[in-house]
Amino acid sequence: MTAIVTAKNLSQIYELKRGMFAKPLALKAVKETSFTVEQGETLAIVGESGCGKSTLARMLTMIEPPTEGELTIDGIRIAEASDSDLKRLRSIVQIVFQNPYGALNPRQKVGAILEEPLKINTSLSAAERRERAEKMLAEVGLRPEHYGRYPHMFSGGQRQRIAIARAIMLEPKILVLDEPVSALDVSIQAQILNLLAELQERLGLTYIFISHDLSVVRHVATRVMVMYLGRPVEIAPVEELYANPLHPYTRALLAATPAARPGRRGARQRLTGELPSPINPPTGCAFHPRCPYADERTKRERPELTQHGKTMVACFAVDEGRLPPPDAAVVETPEPRA
Amino acid sequence: MSHIEAQEAEAGVGESLPDRAPQKSVRRQMLAEFWFYFSENKGAVIGLCVFALVVIIALAAPIIAPHSPTLQNRDALLIPPFWEDGGRLSYLLGTDAVGRDILSRLIFGARYSLFIGVIVVVIAVSLGIAVGLIAGYVGGWVDTVIMRVMDIILAFPSLLLALVLVAVLGPGLTNAMIAIALVLQPHFVRLTRASVMAEKQRDYVTAARVVGAGPIRLMVVTILPNCLGPLIVQATLSFSNAILDAAALGFLGMGAQPPTPEWGTMLAEAREFILRAWWVVTFPGVAILITVLAINLVGDGLRDALDPKMKRS
Repeated sequence: MTAIVTAKNLSQIYELKRGMFAKPLALKAVKETSFTVEQGETLAIVGESGCGKSTLARMLTMIEPPTEGELTIDGIRIAEASDSDLKRLRSIVQIVFQNPYGALNPRQKVGAILEEPLKINTSLSAAERRERAEKMLAEVGLRPEHYGRYPHMFSGGQRQRIAIARAIMLEPKILVLDEPVSALDVSIQAQILNLLAELQERLGLTYIFISHDLSVVRHVATRVMVMYLGRPVEIAPVEELYANPLHPYTRALLAATPAARPGRRGARQRLTGELPSPINPPTGCAFHPRCPYADERTKRERPELTQHGKTMVACFAVDEGRLPPPDAAVVETPEPRA
Repeated sequence: MSHIEAQEAEAGVGESLPDRAPQKSVRRQMLAEFWFYFSENKGAVIGLCVFALVVIIALAAPIIAPHSPTLQNRDALLIPPFWEDGGRLSYLLGTDAVGRDILSRLIFGARYSLFIGVIVVVIAVSLGIAVGLIAGYVGGWVDTVIMRVMDIILAFPSLLLALVLVAVLGPGLTNAMIAIALVLQPHFVRLTRASVMAEKQRDYVTAARVVGAGPIRLMVVTILPNCLGPLIVQATLSFSNAILDAAALGFLGMGAQPPTPEWGTMLAEAREFILRAWWVVTFPGVAILITVLAINLVGDGLRDALDPKMKRS
């Protein structure tokens, strides 16, 4: 397995203007994030709103260049890429957005939407483009007569199929899926997830799957990266993460997942407090104000990602062996029953 | 779509590909589709018929006009329309204070009014859209500079500014049209900019950018068509504004010069007879009203017909 995406100390800093004379504030949406994505795998990125998932997606798809750090995609370093390299990268990385209602141009027919990537990037004739678009419609489970229709005539699930079709028109290697099913009905979610799995198998795609839905992630991912306030706190293979979550934040996230059978959920670990503001993040470990295992050291120093078995985790409590095993953590706080 | 449907779709691929019509008829098909939705709106069809009639009258003016529009007949001053007492059949809508046939003047006047409307709207719309697109898409200081200039133009009463411009450029119909176009254009800039800024944030624009669309393509192909609705309505409204402003300038001696049978100028000339000879003021006014109303109806229908959200499968 080879790494197709390598990110080293990737940061994205937004400047918030505060009028003409005040110094602009720096909002660090993503901070010194390093990770790799292997060819053919599905890396899921999870975390609560505002943790930098979507910013990461925008950097990976070159919508916004990273302010700091180095991003290498398919052997091309983004910062130094020439125009022709960038053009090539466009057809290597594509994105599917969360909201299928805003992702399709309401003035374009489905055919035109699907053909646009080809029109811009290839020199195919109109007939060839049409043929490819119709083939792609079939591939994502739509019918050829949908070619001449407008997006508003479709349901959410069908629109998401169209968005996926557009993303794979250029035969990309990497697909960034920015919460692709969270706007859909649960029944439709399964269909889209199956379609994505099928396409991945057939076309050898690499997925970067952004989500906040841990049950969906468990279903699709090979590896999971948990983010908190712009930094990854835990990167682990999916079975490992669900069986043996190390970081206290990961444990809290998993404990908050709704279970199909409420009786089996047992006790849950509750997080108190709010996600801190990324403009003014806490010192040391960003999670320490909400962490039950925080001590003096976590307030001063910031933990780095370190290897623990198959898992990479950024937590001093794990490093120092202070953390109870995951089951113990669950039993620790029994829920009062009426 | 259900799974069964999806499977059927996959099974059916290749068998039921629609017949590919030859390239030629694609345009005709689009036109047919457009007409289908346009004709749903009865008001718009009526408007279009009236507007077409006005255009035909304007084109055929020398053939249908019974008299010369500038010929003065000293024996027939302020003759009422033919159905009134003292009316003559040779002057169907009567004559004005210097004995010119009102019907002929109205027929020839259609040429001027349509010409003014079309030219002014074309200049104002194309300039306004171009500037507004740039302001909305580029943003930053470019946007600030453009919008402040537009604010300055809007800060003056439009007629006053047009008057100043004509005074600088020199009186005449051409200069009046340029002045009116410049005065109307900030509305289009603002409208375009606002729509562009709203549309720019949408995911489909980002998607087009990820696919590799350049800024020009994004502006013109992706964003602009989604901003057209309000622009079409504003354009049709401006058409009437242009005719009325040209009339006002004519009244002040800054637009079409007197013998020209322009509707606004006619209206202005006849103002003093409003109590004595109603027909001298009424008919040019009615002509303006009908034309403007027809154009607005057409604009309304156009907006609906061009909006894909109003379409059914």
